[in-house]
Amino acid sequence: MIQLDNLTKVFDTPKGAVVAADHISMDVPSGEICILLGPSGCGKTTTLKMINRIVKPTSGKVFINGEDTTGMNTQDLRRNIGYVIQQIGLFPNMTIEENITVVPKLLGWNKARYKERARELMAMISMEPDAFLKRFPSELSGGQQQRIGVARALAADPPVMLMDEPFGAIDPINRAVIQDEFLKMQQELKKTIMFVSHDIDEAIKMGDRVAIFREGKLVQHSAPDDLLAAPKNAFVESFLGEDRALKRLNLVKVKDVVSDEIATVKPGDTLETALARIDDYGYQNAILMVNDQRQPVGLITRAKARTTKGYCRDHFENVPATVTLEDDLRKVASLMFSQDATWLPCVDDDGRVCGQITQRAMTHHLGSRFRAREAAARNPDSTVEE
Amino acid sequence: MELIQYALDNIDLLATRTVEHIALVGVAVGIATLTGVPIGIAITKNERMAQAVLYAASIIVTIPSIALFGIMIPVLSLIGQGIGYLPAVIAVLLYSQLPIIRNTYTAINNVDPALREAARGIGMSPNQRLRLVEIPLAVPVIMAGVRTAVVLNIGVMAIAAYIGAGGLGTFISRGISQSDPRQLIVGAVAVSLLAIIVDYTLLYVQKRLTPRGMELDTSTA
Repeated sequence: MIQLDNLTKVFDTPKGAVVAADHISMDVPSGEICILLGPSGCGKTTTLKMINRIVKPTSGKVFINGEDTTGMNTQDLRRNIGYVIQQIGLFPNMTIEENITVVPKLLGWNKARYKERARELMAMISMEPDAFLKRFPSELSGGQQQRIGVARALAADPPVMLMDEPFGAIDPINRAVIQDEFLKMQQELKKTIMFVSHDIDEAIKMGDRVAIFREGKLVQHSAPDDLLAAPKNAFVESFLGEDRALKRLNLVKVKDVVSDEIATVKPGDTLETALARIDDYGYQNAILMVNDQRQPVGLITRAKARTTKGYCRDHFENVPATVTLEDDLRKVASLMFSQDATWLPCVDDDGRVCGQITQRAMTHHLGSRFRAREAAARNPDSTVEE
Repeated sequence: MELIQYALDNIDLLATRTVEHIALVGVAVGIATLTGVPIGIAITKNERMAQAVLYAASIIVTIPSIALFGIMIPVLSLIGQGIGYLPAVIAVLLYSQLPIIRNTYTAINNVDPALREAARGIGMSPNQRLRLVEIPLAVPVIMAGVRTAVVLNIGVMAIAAYIGAGGLGTFISRGISQSDPRQLIVGAVAVSLLAIIVDYTLLYVQKRLTPRGMELDTSTA
């Protein structure tokens, strides 16, 4: 757990004192990722760097796992905090193995132990130890280098990690891959992480909580969903962007919105039955046809059912797409737009139909948080659910 | 032909003088490296000190070598060493300071700030940063400074023959005083060849000392 207590940094510049961080107090609970987000010069990086004293605080305290770090030896403090920077900063004169074992060596581990740790770390970041340990940083791609940068920070298994725009210099495709890998690792490692970013999408994707900074002050510190649904003021709202409701699509899973009520037909049913069922359920365009294992095999359109006679098995169209319970709504929306569909069947792990997701349900779900807030604004007696 | 014949006839003397020459420059630049590198590192901590030291070193280089030998004669005579080996070594030692200090200072200062921050951030002490990161990265540029000092001072040392320090300069000084162009030219050519050969040898050493990871992405010649 990281606790900041009135952490303040004042820089003396020729133009006078500049308050880079103004009485920042916040907690990062153990095992969570907290993203510090804001425009450049907002104090997020200064705040991060005060934790490992790359920047010396003017006043205020930092607690790590309840312990006041003020009296700790700077080098000891830093060796127990993983540190990843945007420029990566691998030492070009050292091999990959030497780079990732720097901290264990500083901590006095014996050779067998740190050599083994190097191999463990490589496995953790999905890089082949034998292929990479003896190579030099300049032989690696940017994405590989930053994986090594993360491995170096994790080497001595510190409980806390500080990451300063760690994926900022990596191309967008690799960045997404590394972000996903990192989140997967974090699920097992459960480090307490403070992470500086200027990318709102990254913040929402990576953060358990997001802290928005402006001009040295902490403006809002909330879970990403709360942040998007209830920005505290106009600055936060504008920083999040006009499409902030869309950004929430990333955060909501199909299982949160899915309706398990879905009518289907079998290949052996007649088109007449299909038409009747479409009308009964009030479907606009089509009904799903499933096989005996309840796997989706086709669509019977309303037009076809009305104009033709025969069995469903002879007159179906292909299912445009299916979604799973773990997909996020952004993917669902994208599929709906590309397939010109207003609903999609949802399948479980065995590919059996378990429900459907409709555009109406999605907009309703996303809108409910906004409506709750507006209702609260109209009626000040009731409080917003936070 | 006459020249080659002369050189071959005096091959033993030529070899002795060459060894003398190398020994003089080697000892002087060796000591200069041992003093110049720590000074160069030390002044990276203090900008004003750095400017003062580099300024002083630059001024020393502007003193003509003959003048420097002249100044040292009365001073070193006090300990009975007015001419010969000691003043020659001291002169070269002084001339070597500028390239070595300046290159060390520049190399350490030019270490990528991101690397320095990474080294601090993972908990290296200032000495560990120097030993594990900054000096290894600075070695190619420091070695380039040493090379400059050596080549420069192979020339300076030729003049030290006038104060009886020996070395290949003896051929030149005798050639002049005896109006013997053979000695003069053989001495001059030998000094030049020595400079070129030593320069390439040190270039090889420099490449060997360059951390392998840095050879791969930069062409430090």
